[in-house]
Amino acid sequence: MKRRTFLGGTIAVTTLGLTSSAGAQQPPIKIGMSMALTGGLAGGGKASLLGTEIWRDDINARGGLLGRKVELVVYDDKSSASETPAIYSKLLDVDKVDLLFGPYATVPTAPIMPLVKQRGMVLIGNFAFQVNSKVGHDMWFNVAPWGPPDSWAASFLELGQKAGGKTIALLAADQEFAQNMALTARDVAKRMNMPIVFDQSYPPNTVEFSGIMRALNAAKPDVVYVASYPPDSAGILRAVNEIGVSGNVKIFGGGMVGLQFGAVMENLGSLLNGVVNYNSWLPEPTMYFDGTKAFFETYAKRAVEAKVDPLGYYLAPFGFASGQLIEQAVKAAGSLDQKAIAKYLRENVHNTIVGPIAFSADGERKETATLQAQFRGIVDKNMEQFRSSGKQVILFPAKWKSGELITPFEAARN
Amino acid sequence: MFSFDLLLDAVVSGVLLGCFYAAVSLGLSLSFGLLDVPNVAHPAFLVMASYGVFFLNESYGVDPLLAGLLITPLLFVFGLVAYRLYYQTFEKRGSDAGVRGIAFFFGIAFIIEVLLILQFGVDQRSVTASYIGKAWRIGDMRIPFRLLVAFAVAAALTILLTLYLSRTFMGRAIRAVAQDQEALRLMGADPIRIKQWAFGISTAVLGIAGALLIIVAPVNPTLDRSYIGRTFCVVVMAGLGSMSGTLVAAIILGVAEAIVLTMFGASWAPAISFAMLLGVLAVRPQGLFGRRS
Repeated sequence: MKRRTFLGGTIAVTTLGLTSSAGAQQPPIKIGMSMALTGGLAGGGKASLLGTEIWRDDINARGGLLGRKVELVVYDDKSSASETPAIYSKLLDVDKVDLLFGPYATVPTAPIMPLVKQRGMVLIGNFAFQVNSKVGHDMWFNVAPWGPPDSWAASFLELGQKAGGKTIALLAADQEFAQNMALTARDVAKRMNMPIVFDQSYPPNTVEFSGIMRALNAAKPDVVYVASYPPDSAGILRAVNEIGVSGNVKIFGGGMVGLQFGAVMENLGSLLNGVVNYNSWLPEPTMYFDGTKAFFETYAKRAVEAKVDPLGYYLAPFGFASGQLIEQAVKAAGSLDQKAIAKYLRENVHNTIVGPIAFSADGERKETATLQAQFRGIVDKNMEQFRSSGKQVILFPAKWKSGELITPFEAARN
Repeated sequence: MFSFDLLLDAVVSGVLLGCFYAAVSLGLSLSFGLLDVPNVAHPAFLVMASYGVFFLNESYGVDPLLAGLLITPLLFVFGLVAYRLYYQTFEKRGSDAGVRGIAFFFGIAFIIEVLLILQFGVDQRSVTASYIGKAWRIGDMRIPFRLLVAFAVAAALTILLTLYLSRTFMGRAIRAVAQDQEALRLMGADPIRIKQWAFGISTAVLGIAGALLIIVAPVNPTLDRSYIGRTFCVVVMAGLGSMSGTLVAAIILGVAEAIVLTMFGASWAPAISFAMLLGVLAVRPQGLFGRRS
């Protein structure tokens, strides 16, 4: 009896399902992703997701993709690498998504690479750093501006050398990302014949940086390359302000994480002046492409409701650009065929709100688009100032340059 | 690349850093050192106090040190309640209270972390005051004002607590309960009330210590984890329960860390605290200033 009821129920549900799907329009195209909505990366993750959501709303308003609505299937990965493999398996096997976007940042992305490669899916990477170098997935396309791995250190050290710098100090957090940065910086320094006169790593829970700054000053470097995480970036800049740096220092900064986010910049205020640091997008006149202005107008409104970074320069436009990449590729392929989409992405230049994007064989940018910009005229406790141009003057890459380096560092700080 | 100036710099900044460590460890010296309460949530209480200071500074522009003093009574009451809860649920129940007590305080620490994240978010927070970001210049040496503030406050706090424990009736009662709880009970005093009072004081001093924490560096909700090792190291090295010992041990630790950091590299600095602790415990198991029981 029980069995019969169960069977009857199943038949009824199946019939209902068939009837309803037959009556509905075409099902939406599902794009699956995990995102850091809680945990240490949540500040950036939420802003990034908002960027992608703005693209989704935009494309749906324009009639969707291949005549179908676009739907995002998003799970919170809690900023953790242990969550993402299960989430992406679920996206593929249970939710049966059509396309995949990567999670935000290196650590949550790395463990899903083998799975995505095995399933032959295109993956649009979201600010992961060198996660494909060992996996070699030929359908990986990283929207981040990184480019070749050593370009980050090279652009900064070249700026220093041009300013007359001969010797280098390296200061890096004892964590994977910062250590990778220091490693490439050592190679680049060797190539450029610039001796390293100070090379120190500090543990992640360092409280006080004045001692480190004194030791660094004693080595009298010309170029100071710092690879730090948000809590340390603040401590280092504070120590710089109190202890000072020797007059020799031509350029200071390079790889300080945290200085891209509104709340951190507002907190640091005038301590930022003179620092040259990496970024991905900045409100300089050279950085506006087709659709950029409209995107930020929408973002500024929606960021208030979503309680995310009010500026959103670092990640949000790239969340939107990920959508633009997939939109152009799917339209060109005329289907959701992963191989055709990958082929198009690999062989063409794609115009996005963050500028033209072209990929090399490893799925990273052909040319680096990572900016090096110098903070200028920053005052304390003022978020709005960062919206105007001239506050972070772009020094690299040359095509987007918006000003000249002020050097030495001491002169630039005032 | 030895330089005498650099060494002198390291010693001076080590003394100042040590005073800061002392200020954040003094409360623990009371609760763990004197009362045997395994308060691993001490650094979490400290970070919570820092957020209280941040709130008053951000919303009403109150000076961080004054804000620290303003929240002190609240922290005292919080300590009274926390100890009563700990006593009723764990300490009262017997001999394995120590281990279960650690679990209790770990639980509290996690709850505080989560509440701080929900309320203030994951971003780091800092305060503004005229003495933050400036330095005092003596010859070629520059000393950050915020560390001088930490130095002065730690010294004052140590003197006050030492005087309180030796000169007042309640202070002596606290030391008595640390020495022999049963004897105190026979004298007609309630050791639990005295312990509760002492625990309240140990959390109350965190008001000003929390202010120092956020003055010295920005805070985030999970910062407490960085301080568990350091604070326990200072208290155990000092010899459980000695206030002046805590100050001296913290200064020794600060100087050692600063010298290692400046002369040998920052990677070795955190190892030094535990290496010194092991060394001290091997030679003097009762700690530098503890009495042999």
